[in-house]
Amino acid sequence: MKRFSELISAIEITNKTNAKIAALVEYFTVAEDKDKLWMIALFTGKRPPRPVKSSLMKQWCAEITELPEWLFLESYSTVGDLGETIALLLPAPTHHIEKSLDAWMQELIKLKSKTDEEKKAYVLNAWNGLEAQERLIFNKLIGGSFRIGVSKKTLVNALAKLTNIDANQLMHSIIGNWDINSITFDELLSGSHINYDNSKPYPFCLAYALEKDLDELGDVNDWQAEYKWDGIRGQIVKRNGELFIWSRGEELVTQQFPELTEVFQNWKHDFVIDGEILAIKDSSVLLFNDLQKRLNRKNISKKLLEEVPVGFYAYDILEFENEDIREQSLAERRKKLELIFQQNTAKNIQLSQVVEVENWNDLHAIREDSRSVNSEGLMLKQKESPYHTGRKKGDWWKWKVEPLTIDAVMIYAQKGSGRRSSKYTDYTFAVKKDDGLVTVAKAYSGLTNEEITEISRWVNKNAIEKFGPVRTVKAELVFEIAFEGIALSKRHKSGVALRFPRIKRWRKDKTVAEIDTIESVKDLIFVGT
Amino acid sequence: MKIVKFTKKGIYCIPGKFYLDPWLPVDYAVISHGHADHMRWGMKHYLCHTHTKNIMKHRIGEDISVETLNYNEPKTINGVKVSFHPAGHIIGSAQIRLEYKGKIVVFTGDYKVKHDNITIPFETVKCHEFITESTFGLPIYKWLPEETLQQQIHNWILQNKANNRTSVLFGYSLGKAQRIMKLVEGLDEIHVHNAIYHMNNAIEASGISLPKTQRLDGNFNKADIQNKIIIMPPGLLGSKMLKRVPNAATAICSGWMQIRGNRRWRGVDAGFAVSDHADWEGLLQAVKASEAEKVYVTHGSQATFSKYLNEIGIEAAEVITEYGDNELEASEAKKEATI
Repeated sequence: MKRFSELISAIEITNKTNAKIAALVEYFTVAEDKDKLWMIALFTGKRPPRPVKSSLMKQWCAEITELPEWLFLESYSTVGDLGETIALLLPAPTHHIEKSLDAWMQELIKLKSKTDEEKKAYVLNAWNGLEAQERLIFNKLIGGSFRIGVSKKTLVNALAKLTNIDANQLMHSIIGNWDINSITFDELLSGSHINYDNSKPYPFCLAYALEKDLDELGDVNDWQAEYKWDGIRGQIVKRNGELFIWSRGEELVTQQFPELTEVFQNWKHDFVIDGEILAIKDSSVLLFNDLQKRLNRKNISKKLLEEVPVGFYAYDILEFENEDIREQSLAERRKKLELIFQQNTAKNIQLSQVVEVENWNDLHAIREDSRSVNSEGLMLKQKESPYHTGRKKGDWWKWKVEPLTIDAVMIYAQKGSGRRSSKYTDYTFAVKKDDGLVTVAKAYSGLTNEEITEISRWVNKNAIEKFGPVRTVKAELVFEIAFEGIALSKRHKSGVALRFPRIKRWRKDKTVAEIDTIESVKDLIFVGT
Repeated sequence: MKIVKFTKKGIYCIPGKFYLDPWLPVDYAVISHGHADHMRWGMKHYLCHTHTKNIMKHRIGEDISVETLNYNEPKTINGVKVSFHPAGHIIGSAQIRLEYKGKIVVFTGDYKVKHDNITIPFETVKCHEFITESTFGLPIYKWLPEETLQQQIHNWILQNKANNRTSVLFGYSLGKAQRIMKLVEGLDEIHVHNAIYHMNNAIEASGISLPKTQRLDGNFNKADIQNKIIIMPPGLLGSKMLKRVPNAATAICSGWMQIRGNRRWRGVDAGFAVSDHADWEGLLQAVKASEAEKVYVTHGSQATFSKYLNEIGIEAAEVITEYGDNELEASEAKKEATI
């Protein structure tokens, strides 16, 4: 496992994607065949089920170190990762075990059916035979995310660099069905177990933000306006009875959205459709925050499927009955898309509605009101335009609504996880209500590292609690919070829910006396309607 | 009878009428060591260890009034017997022992119990009251043996050299820089940033010999340092000077590097947990060896460490001080960097 451990060390330290890719290429050049396959399996969600519960690992670590639980938790909240906390707390190893990654994984698979006593003996022996970094990796092999910033896409890019095979094909190969015991590394990469012709996606056509007046676009009748949705751009590829869903990040996400897969699978015709994957409940689009709950999960519970059902709004069609029609005009492609939707119907899969207007002026009001349907503005597409490869200026424009902003005061701070575990990065904000304050948003992005460091130091000095991950702080630091939309909500104490709140800037020039009141926040609900 | 009390200006010795490492101007300051959060500007009179004097003059000014003592050399001030004892933190660092009418109080300043081949090793001083730092007061902080650490750093430098890269190590100009110099001594040419060069001169003026280094000023010749070892203060991370270093591989040397998240936060190529402070076991060892009846825990994890001490039967209380602010040390280093 020495090599694997070195690979993880090399990857975790750098935040440069190229350096990560170089380390991966190096590993794939020198590692043993089976180890390479495990590396791919571990980073593509194909790991075997967890053999040991994390609560047991925590318990055993506490027994060995004889630390009180509160101190274990205090350590955990500083480190931000359970596997790493355990690795650091355990005493120095007494011997050294060297086994291949494959050997460890095979043993862990067998461990699953053993008794708790047998599991304990095995894990304790391993902990005692590994130094801190290897221990961390061992704990991660049992379960949990490595959190080293290697996405499937990064992995695929490294494999593409190594082999010169097309990255999308490699993506299909590693996501596809394969069994570690009956395939070699070369076979896996060559894609002999898949039919790439059936899954091959097209590059997405991307739009620029509108940077001119609408009048300059010419006749309004030459343009097709649609709502711009804030979900995940997706491509549905249906060919020869097989169905694939690609995300804009060029990841295959077919398994993540069973309610789309099951429906499209039975539709008439072969096609490649471009559209937006959205959380849709009772015919209304939900917030992106809701959709996020559905992403990157290995198993999707029935409860989650009911809570956040996923749907799809179709924008465009790129291929029809195995014919590439990207060069046809948008108007013609739209007809084909409409044809497909006449012959196939599903409640959660809809055509993206064309916004019909007679003049540019009418469009302004519609855009201003787009928040009322949880849309983030409008898209303007030239009706004669082909489906371009990548981002091209002139034919497609996105015309987003300006974010709303309020001034709020920080009242809680929490440490982040992974890279951000040592700093207070997650904040809760409040506005004035009567004589007190009421929480309106939680946000954790938008500040520079320097600002986060400064705020962390301030939190350390101004925190009311001394223990635990969440600190209540003096209501003193004021921030401008931007968000995409706002709605009345019974679930929130403040009575409002903000959509995609983030920190716009730290208002060092403002005091808590100057922040918004809940009434002034609620007034924003009616803006533009 | 209370010998010390914690005031807004610093730790005050009541019968002695002097302060320990005060953070506001006072008449008489007894100083544990030369880091900026412990040794501040504006005191009418300073008392420090012999090896700290030149550091103090270098940092605060030539015209200060300063008196020195060697380790274990007592001086009586208003009836209080004051003495310095090795703290093992940096060159010249001392625990300050106060004795008055048979009662003994020790203030550790910053300390490290592990030996590092460059500072005089920590000495246990028995006392009634022990005022300890707690910078790394969590059980996740456990330092590797010096030899292992040295091996890791050597491997990293040799690998950089093999890949045609220049190794740049970051550490504060006082303390960490000299420790790094000792860790990498003999491996290759060592080039130190101006700020470290001047600090080294101040230290050597006290008759201490340091590993041989070369001065790296702003107009360095790239060919002279290619594939060599460079030591810079952390303030130069992301600086123009660093960008001029050919093919730099960067590493931070700090106890905080023990945690993965911290290593990644700074965007460097490596992080080595080289600390000049006691780790968890070191803190416990020092507290127990002092045999103190009462322990006061200052800067760092004071809440956690004092709570734990009370649970294992050692009476402890936390004290809020102005120590442990690394920004002070960083701004000091920046100031020196411009000299």
